[in-house]
Order: sequence, then structure tokens, then C-alpha cells
Amino acid sequence: MSGHLTILPVLLPFATGVLLLLVPGRSLRLQRAIGLAGVLLLLGVAAALLAVSTQGGPRVYHLGGWPAPFGIVLVLDRLSALMLALTAAIALFSLLQAVQGQDRSGPLYHPLFQLQLVGLNGAFLTGDLFNLFVFFEILLIASYCLLVYGSTAPRLRAGVHYVVLNLAGSSLFLIAVGTLYGMTGTLNMADMARKVAAVPAADVPLLHAAALLLLMVFALKAAVAPLYFWLPSAYAAASAPVAALFAIMTKVGVYAIVRVYTLVFGAAADPALGGLATRWLLPISLITILLGMLGAVGVRELRRMQGYLLIGSIGIMLAPIALFSAGGISAGLYYLVHSTIVMAAMFLLSDLIAKQRGGKDDLLVQGPAVTQAGALGLLFFVGAIAVAGLPPFSGFVGKALILSAVRPTGWMPWIWSLVLVSGLLAIAALSRAGIRIFWDVDADDAPVAVRWRLLELGPTVALLALVLGITVLAGPITLFLDAAAEQLLVPGEYVRAVLGGAP
Amino acid sequence: MEALMAVAVGALVACGVYLLLRARTYPVILGIMLLGYGVNLFLVGMGRVGAGAAPILTEGTSDYVDPLPHALVLTAIVIGFGMAAFIVVLALRTRIATDTDHVDGEEVL
Repeated sequence: MSGHLTILPVLLPFATGVLLLLVPGRSLRLQRAIGLAGVLLLLGVAAALLAVSTQGGPRVYHLGGWPAPFGIVLVLDRLSALMLALTAAIALFSLLQAVQGQDRSGPLYHPLFQLQLVGLNGAFLTGDLFNLFVFFEILLIASYCLLVYGSTAPRLRAGVHYVVLNLAGSSLFLIAVGTLYGMTGTLNMADMARKVAAVPAADVPLLHAAALLLLMVFALKAAVAPLYFWLPSAYAAASAPVAALFAIMTKVGVYAIVRVYTLVFGAAADPALGGLATRWLLPISLITILLGMLGAVGVRELRRMQGYLLIGSIGIMLAPIALFSAGGISAGLYYLVHSTIVMAAMFLLSDLIAKQRGGKDDLLVQGPAVTQAGALGLLFFVGAIAVAGLPPFSGFVGKALILSAVRPTGWMPWIWSLVLVSGLLAIAALSRAGIRIFWDVDADDAPVAVRWRLLELGPTVALLALVLGITVLAGPITLFLDAAAEQLLVPGEYVRAVLGGAP
Repeated sequence: MEALMAVAVGALVACGVYLLLRARTYPVILGIMLLGYGVNLFLVGMGRVGAGAAPILTEGTSDYVDPLPHALVLTAIVIGFGMAAFIVVLALRTRIATDTDHVDGEEVL
């Protein structure tokens, strides 16, 4: 049984999704119960896999018992287990928010939510490049539907941009995969890692082109400059629980960059390729930090501001990762965990705040007093401190780890100045938002009679408590991430686990 | 044969990219689909192009093509077809909701 545990994160949401389609009369109550039960089970499975991943090397699951590289494999290592656990946690709180009423926006909300989880978990587990494409498509089509559910004009507008961009990205993905297959004759990532080193010198430029094409596709998914313009409007238009779930979607791109550029195109396979990724990824991630944070300072809506802050945080986590050193990857991953949780909380919170401001919604202008200014203001304050990376929350720990990890490299002045400036800009943006929303009150504008019960604030509070949790547990988490980074930088272990035999 | 394939892929992708950059949703959808066809043809080409070549290796076969890309293309076609259907409906809904077929959902003068 324990051998099959690896495939459960894909099968479980899939089975739940199918079951949800069979619910008689589309009873919302029953769908909510099944959906929540499925996500809770998934969280349990993810926790079990997290515990399993710390023991020994990567665990390989051969689908149908076909030997690699001919069959398809799922591979669980520390990084995949971490991403699975993070996905399950975000999914749980996002669904808990959705069942408060926002899941009425479309008839198939719950099945699509589960399909989205199938795509996410599959992308984190697969050891096959073409299957990565397939799981990307699964998570994307579910996200298209979840994004445009409700069919309001802004949602549809953002939806068209999002869908067209991602379809174009998928085409580029296929071109890159096709080129790599043509050169190496395999799609299994572990097998490809071996074959890449043996590519004849005449084909190396083609290999580099394919590698950079893949980097571009993943950068589009991760919303790295200059490919991030779709994100703020898409996330601002989506309903709050969907936006919170989408906080993990950009991390699929980051995960894919880490996976492919340590395993297939890592310095171990080909030193020139390792350097290639750093040379492109580092500058663009630094530009991403700057543009994301400047965007956050400049925008006029709260939800859109969270989108820009998310973009900035992607840059912050990618900058140390792009060095492909153990310390850099570990620090970047810690920031990834922190940023995903806190941004999910901020997306939920922005919606709660906006709905108490009547017609002013999330516009950063003078408006009516927020009905529950005390509670929401406190949550906003805590979230803002965590996003900006001020002590005592995990954002501060994450940034401190990043700063110390990049110290020995020549990139230190650039990364230090941009990471520190990003904090300043985030503070500027968030204090402006806080002042406009909570203090700049128009006395003639009657407050809105919307009051949140404790249950409706629950998911946001829980996510912020989770931020506190990863701050307190920063020690053990960092140890785990250090081990994960070590594992990533020794791809031989992964390759041996998949293919067996001598390295 | 190979030159013909290369020209076909190039023409499809070029037309696809051109249409993708238009400002109305209908040409953009056509562009996406043409781009998809170009990519599918490219994938088929990755298994080597050759008429009368054997897809399955047996003793003494020297002239062969790789059949795996054909399976990949089949997957890509199915996904592409589903996506095309979805985006057509999405574009129609946007046209109804915003009263324009401009990709930005508003007329830019």
C-alpha cells in the first residue's frame, strides 16, 4: 500500500472530482461536504508523503509497472513533497472560504476545483517532460473555467488575455519538448539528464535554444518580467478563493524552473547550461522585483496591488534560486512557502475589505468607513508586515536567509539592494492602501451593512496563523529545505532512483 | 519531403503569430489554431520524416521512423481541440458581455 501512496495526490482529487459530478441534483450542501472531505484527505496524504520524503532518496512510482524510461514515472523527492503539502494547505483554506457562498458562481465549481488540484499535484510529481505539459494543460483548463465563472465583463476580459497567453505558451512548450525529444530521443527527465551530456557539439546550440525556450515558458507561468502583464488583471478579476488558489499556480512555474534546471540542464549535466540559466534568470528576476514593487506603488485598486506584490515576491524567490547554490535554493524555497501562504491570505482579506466598502469596492480612494475596521485593520496590518518582510514574521526570516545565502557571490550588491528596496516599496504601497481604506473616511458616505461572522474571517485568520507557524518553525523548515536543496544539486541520486543501475 | 515540411511549419507558425497579434478575438483564435497546427506538424517531424519507412523495428530493418511523436501529436491535437472550443465560447461570451470583439473588451480609438 505504502508504495502506491505516491500516486494518491493525483488519484484522490480526480476521484473526488468525478464523484462530485455524480452528486444528485447538484446539491450544493453535499458537494461542499465531499469537496472538503477530499481536500482534508489530500492534506493527510500530503503530510504522510512529506514524512516519507525525509527518509532516504527519491521514491519512484512506475505507472502500470512499466520500467523507465519507457513507462511513465512519478517521482517524489523533498521538493515535490513540500509543494504537495503547500498546495493541499492553500486548497483547504481557499475551499473553506469558497463554501461561504462564492462557490455559487458556477454549477461545476467544486469538480473544477478538484481538477485544478489534479493538475497541480501531477505537475509537482511527474518525472516526464511531456506529462508535465499534460498536467499544465489540466490545471490551466480548470483555472480558465474557475477564473471566468460568474461571467462578469472584467472577468471575461481578463479571461481572454489569460487563455490566449497560456495557449501561446503551451505551443512554445511543445516546440521545446519536440526539439529536446528530437535530440535526445527521450522524454523521461532522468533519462534526458543523462543524454543531454552526450549531445554532439554541433547540436549544442540547438540544445541551448530548447533549454531557453523552456525557461521562457516556465517564466510565463511564473509571471516573471517581461511576461507578467497578464497576472494583475487576471488575479484581480478572479473571485477571492480562486485568486488564493492561484497564488500556488505561479509557483508551478518556479517549481518547473528549479526542477528542470537542476536535473536536466543542471551544472552536473553540462556546466555551460548551468551558467546559461543563471545568466538569464538572475537579471530578469531582479527586474521582476523592481517592476512588481513599482507596480504595487502605482496602482489604484487593492486587489491589483496584491497581484503586483505577488509578482515582486516571485522575483525575490527566483533571484537566490537562480544562483543554483544549496543556500540560494533553500532560501528561495523558504521565501516561496512564506509568499504563497501570505499572498493567499491577502487575496482573501482584500475581498473581505472591499465588500465592506460598498460602491468604492477595492478602489484606493476616500470612501465609507469599513464596517469592521478594527478586526480587518488588524489582519491587514499583520499581513502587510509579513508581505513587506518586516520582523517578526516569516517574510523577515525569508529575506534574511536570502541576504545571507547570496553574500559570497558577485551578485550580492545587486540582490541585496533590490531585496531591501523591495521591502521599502512594499511598505510604501501597503501603508498608502491602509491609510486610504481605514483612515480616509468620508463621513457622508454611509457604512455598508455587511458584517463578517467569525467563520467568514476564519480562513484568512488561519492562513495568517500559518505564517506565524512557519516563522516559529523556521529552524526545522530550514533544515528540511537545506536537505531538499542538497538533493536537487545531486541529480545523480534522482537519475539512479528512476533508471536504476550505475550513475 | 523534409524541406516541404519545414516550409509548411514555417508558414503556419508565421501566419499564426501574425494573426495572434491582431486586435479582434476572431483572428486571434484563428492564429492560436494555426500556431497549434504548425507545432503539431513540427512534432511529427521530430520522429523523422520518410515515406515507406517502418515504424516498428524488426531484424534487419535499416529504414525506420520513430512512432512515438505521433502518439504525442495525438495528445496535443486533442488538447488543442478542446482549448479551441473553449476559447471560441469564451470569445462569444465576451462579445455579448462587453459589446465589442476587441481583445481588450473595449474599443481603443
